[in-house]
Amino acid sequence: MTDISAQDTTREAGMGDYFALLKPRVMSLVIFTALVGLLVAPVPVHPYIAFVGILCIAVGAGASGALNMWWDADIDVKMKRTAKRPIPSGRVAPEEALAIGLTLSVFSVVLLGLATNFVAAGLLAFTIFFYAVVYSMWLKRSTPQNIVIGGAAGAFPPMVGWAVATGGVSVESALMFALIFMWTPPHFWALALFVKSDYGNAGVPMLTVTHGRRVTRNHILGYTLALVPVALGIAFTSIGGPIYLAVAVVMNAWFLKGAVALWQRDDAASEADNHAVEKRVFRISLYYLFAHFSALLAETALAPWGWGGW
Amino acid sequence: MAIKVEHEIHTRRKGRNLGVGAILVGFIAIVFGLTVVKVIQLGDAGKFERFDHVARPQLVPDAETGTEDGAGE
Repeated sequence: MTDISAQDTTREAGMGDYFALLKPRVMSLVIFTALVGLLVAPVPVHPYIAFVGILCIAVGAGASGALNMWWDADIDVKMKRTAKRPIPSGRVAPEEALAIGLTLSVFSVVLLGLATNFVAAGLLAFTIFFYAVVYSMWLKRSTPQNIVIGGAAGAFPPMVGWAVATGGVSVESALMFALIFMWTPPHFWALALFVKSDYGNAGVPMLTVTHGRRVTRNHILGYTLALVPVALGIAFTSIGGPIYLAVAVVMNAWFLKGAVALWQRDDAASEADNHAVEKRVFRISLYYLFAHFSALLAETALAPWGWGGW
Repeated sequence: MAIKVEHEIHTRRKGRNLGVGAILVGFIAIVFGLTVVKVIQLGDAGKFERFDHVARPQLVPDAETGTEDGAGE
C-alpha cells in the first residue's frame, strides 16, 4: 500500500461520504418512478406538498441504502465493486451509518405522514423495512432468488407516490409496482451475465453462480414473458392510453426479442463476441423502464389537450 | 490567557459543519413552507378561528342572528 492510499483510507469523512451512504444513483430512479406515480394519480396535489412528498420518499430510500451499507459492510469489503464504499474504505464508521440510516428513516416517514397522509407514510416505512431487513438481512445471503423478492423494495416508490396523492392503493398503483417487480430480475441477471462479479468470494448466492449461466438465461426469458402482460395491461387502466399502448407494444417486442436471442446463445458464443447480446439486452432493459414510465407521464400531461387517455 | 477561538478541528470539519447547518436550515424551511401551505389550504381563517385564552368579542355568537362569525349583519 502506498502512502497516498494509506492517507486516503484514514481521512476524515466529508459530506460527500455521508451522501454516498444514501446511494444517490438508486435514489434518482426512486425519484423518477415515485414522481410518475404521484403525477398520474387522479387527485391533484399542491406542488409544494408534492415536492415534500417526493423528497421524503427519496430520503427514505437513501436511509434504507445507508442501513444496507451498514449491514453489508463485511461483504462489501471483499468485493472490488463495493470495496470503495464509505464504510469498507474506513471513511465512515459503521455506527455512524446505522445512526444516519435510522434517523433519516424515522424523519422521512414521520414527515411524509404529516405532510401528506399515513397510508403513504406506512408504505414508505414498509419499503424501508423490506429493503433493509427482508432483502439485506435475510434474503440476500440465503437464496439465489434474492433479487426477485428483493426487487419489490425498488418497486414500491410509484405506489407510495400514488398514495401521496390519493391516500390509498389501487389497481393502477399495483400494476406500476408489478411492472418494476417483474422487470428487475431480467434487468439484473442480464447484467450478471457479462459483469465479472466476486459475489462468490463474499458468499452471496447469485443465480449465475449457484445454478449456472444456462439456468440464468432461462430465467431471463421466463420473467420477460411474464412481464409482457403486466406492461400491456396497464394500457387498459385509467392511467393508460394509446400513447402508452404504442410504446409498450414496441418496447415489449424489443425486450422480448433480446431475451429470446439471449436464451438461444451459449457461453461460448457470448465469450466470442464479448457478451454483445447480453450488453444490448441490459441496455434495452434500461430504456424499457424509462419509456414505460415516460409514456404514463405523457398520457397525463397531454390529457388537457385531449390527447392522453382513452 | 486569551480565549483561543480557532481550533484545528474547526478548519478540519468546516465542510461537514457547513453541510449539517445547511441541512438544518433546509429542514426548517421545509417545515415552515408546509405550515404556510397547509394553513392556506384551510381557506378563510375567519371560519375556523376560535378563542385563544383571551375573550374575543368579535367571535361571540351574535345574540340576534345566532351566527358564530360575529358579523351578525
